[in-house]
Amino acid sequence: MEQSVSSILDTYQRDPTQLMDILIDIQSEAGYISDQAIEQAALGLNISKADVEQTRSFYHFFSKKPRGKYSIYLNTSVVACMMGRDTVARTFEHETGIPFNSVTRDGLIGLFETSCIGMSDQEPAAIINDRIFPNLTPFRAKELIRDIKAGKTMDELIVEGFGDGQNSNKDIRAIINNNIRKIGPVLSPDYKPGKVIREILPKMTPGQVIDEVKNSNLRGRGGAGFPTGMKWELCRQTESSEKYIFCNADEGEPGTFKDRVILTERPKLLLEGMVIAAYATGASHGILYMRHEYKYLKKYLENLIQGAHKRKFLGKDIAGIKGFDFDIRIQLGAGSYVCGEESALIESAEGKRGEPRDRPPFPVEKGYLNQPTVVNNVETFCAAVKVLLNGGNWYRSFGTKDSTGTKVLSISGDCRNPGIYEVEWGFSVNDMCEMAGADDLQAVQVGGPSGSLIGPGDFDRILCYADLSTGGSLILFNHTRDLLQDVVLNFTSFFIDESCGSCSTCRIMPVLLRNKLNKILNARGMNSDIVDMVNWAKVLKASRCGLGQTAANPIVSSILNFKHLYDQRIRGGTHYDMGFDLNRAIQEAGTATGRFPLME
Amino acid sequence: MQKPVIATTSLAGCFGCHMSLLDIDERILELAELVEFDKSPFNDIKNFTRQCDIGLIEGGCCLDENVHVLEAFRKNCRILVAVGECAIMGGLPAMRNGIPIKECLDEAYLNGPTVRNTNEMKIMPNDDELPILLDRVYPCHEVVKIDFFLPGCPPNAELIWNALNALINNSEMDLPYEVFKYD
Ligand SMILES: Cc1cc2nc3c(=O)[nH]c(=O)nc-3n(C[C@H](O)[C@H](O)[C@H](O)COP(=O)(O)O)c2cc1C
Ligand code: SF4
Ligand code: SF4
Repeated sequence: MEQSVSSILDTYQRDPTQLMDILIDIQSEAGYISDQAIEQAALGLNISKADVEQTRSFYHFFSKKPRGKYSIYLNTSVVACMMGRDTVARTFEHETGIPFNSVTRDGLIGLFETSCIGMSDQEPAAIINDRIFPNLTPFRAKELIRDIKAGKTMDELIVEGFGDGQNSNKDIRAIINNNIRKIGPVLSPDYKPGKVIREILPKMTPGQVIDEVKNSNLRGRGGAGFPTGMKWELCRQTESSEKYIFCNADEGEPGTFKDRVILTERPKLLLEGMVIAAYATGASHGILYMRHEYKYLKKYLENLIQGAHKRKFLGKDIAGIKGFDFDIRIQLGAGSYVCGEESALIESAEGKRGEPRDRPPFPVEKGYLNQPTVVNNVETFCAAVKVLLNGGNWYRSFGTKDSTGTKVLSISGDCRNPGIYEVEWGFSVNDMCEMAGADDLQAVQVGGPSGSLIGPGDFDRILCYADLSTGGSLILFNHTRDLLQDVVLNFTSFFIDESCGSCSTCRIMPVLLRNKLNKILNARGMNSDIVDMVNWAKVLKASRCGLGQTAANPIVSSILNFKHLYDQRIRGGTHYDMGFDLNRAIQEAGTATGRFPLME
Repeated sequence: MQKPVIATTSLAGCFGCHMSLLDIDERILELAELVEFDKSPFNDIKNFTRQCDIGLIEGGCCLDENVHVLEAFRKNCRILVAVGECAIMGGLPAMRNGIPIKECLDEAYLNGPTVRNTNEMKIMPNDDELPILLDRVYPCHEVVKIDFFLPGCPPNAELIWNALNALINNSEMDLPYEVFKYD
């Protein structure tokens, strides 16, 4: 390993800002990142051991101990659980003879849990050695373990054939399906890659590009909805010789998978959008930050980037515009939802822990390596291409007044047609449910865990920034679902798992809230618990980033819209109950001292 | 008017909080004028003899016995005050909370330096008469309802004194910054 760590360091020119790539390579080569490797990396990069160690310890897919020749990561998302994840998990445990979070004694198989992997339309899904296995059943789980034990290779494990569209491309070869259910003006296949770069940019000044984007009223598609033209302009106005364009393809919000489909089916559109942003802002480097879960797309995208260089869509003097140089590299994450937050994304791309920065300064002033940086969502870049192609006025003809254009939605859960839908803003939730083939719904989660859980009474509300704003995820629940147990508890745990831990509010409060929720679920709850939860949740607003600020949303929005579900489980007549159970509390000591079962 | 009745106890505490109450010095005489004491280590009354007005609790719950005492206090006192860090948060004893009980007991009775060579028969005390450890140390409010909390380790004597005065006289508590400033 010593040899290979050294050559990995060389691959990245011993550049400490490339620490993520270095650790990803070590992890995938050795199956873990040993203390010795840490030491060697620190020495080779001329940084402290603690710097390397803290990056290793932050990310879910880095490990100190071997994770097995075949590491199985079964995701724990709400939709996975709805689609039978637990029986699949039990089968994996039964067939391997080990519980989750451990490795078989022979080191062959490791079983691990992970947060949503962006496959909500084909759950339950697992990652095995960087490849995705969707639509798992207990039968399939059994088969997989049998085949692994029989010594089959990763390629031989795949029996379902490859998915639709580019999923079967020789550089991807994934079992995944796109499930594109509705295409609109942005994702339309009627698109000639490079046309904007070659024919339109040379005729426009950067200022005109920004004006056109402003005129379109395009707002960020990553969730926060910041006006894109203004973001580009702010970056343009910041003086600096180096500027950066980041594409945020971290897509970690549970229930969201539209960026994965765009990366698979419209990657050239995305790359073109980044080039446009570079032209508008004066940036010369682009970084496509992609979540580790989508590593299976890396080779495919890298080849496309190379192809773009060959066709002069990237590189020097692009489209013959003197001095317009731009290149793009891919940065992989390593399993962390908070890295989707733009400043955490930047930290991570610098090789550090993905902890959000204090703002201001905003990335447009001081971003990557402290240089002005634009961070946009995958879909935002795609929309920008169409804006330049057809004009801002054309774009504004879609959607509503404050929310122009279209939104690509990821719809999953209890419906006949889960998948992605590009719709104009202004669609009602009802329309969406009908379109996805869902009836008799109990609730819809709009905008992932950080959004809101709404009931049928709100289904006539419309999707737009002013009403139901969404990064694109809609999860549908029918009446068989236990919303508190299956949804709210799961989402709350998700935030607890994914908090970076910097803010005491975000580190602690969600845990306290989950304890309360569990108390209610265990039939020990009182009315005051509900009141406490709503009041206590307010302190989370003091958190540094959106994760902490929204971590109580599952609880608070379900209390707001589904109060009766709480009331049903509340014990009346008691004024105080912390859920303390003396019998349970003495169990451990009784066993340790050999006093039980005397107490029975 | 009948004098208010106070009860006090030390659960999983170090008696520092009780000592702090004694730090009110000569005002202890004043206190004795103002109130009567029922169950308390101050007078060595072991069991409640009547309904009390105020219960002062030092320490959290680390044993089943602590839980029984605390519950008795809740039953017999109109107002319960958690006095000090241990009662409020578990305090120093709660440092064991991250360690499995078995490991704690093994260290205390079998493997620790003072027992390693003396406990030859490897006996782990387990008589039914002995109180039994809880899985972790619980702050008082996780077991019964606590009405007021006085922070500090121990709380400043003035803080306890002011709080008692406020409770006894049903008045606003005098809470100058100095009495709860700790650094
Ligand atoms: C915890 C957290 C996670 C986020 N995850 C993503 C993500 O996966 N993808 C994304 O585009 N934006 C994500 N965002 C929003 C980004 O911070 C940022 O607003 C966005 O990338 C900007 O691009 P846009 O203006 O094109 O939307 C996240 C924000 C927070 C607080
Ligand atoms: S809110 Fe949570 S995730 Fe965000 S910076 Fe604070 S601790 Fe980290
Ligand atoms: S709070 Fe401090 S003084 Fe009071 S019992 Fe605990 S350790 Fe002792």
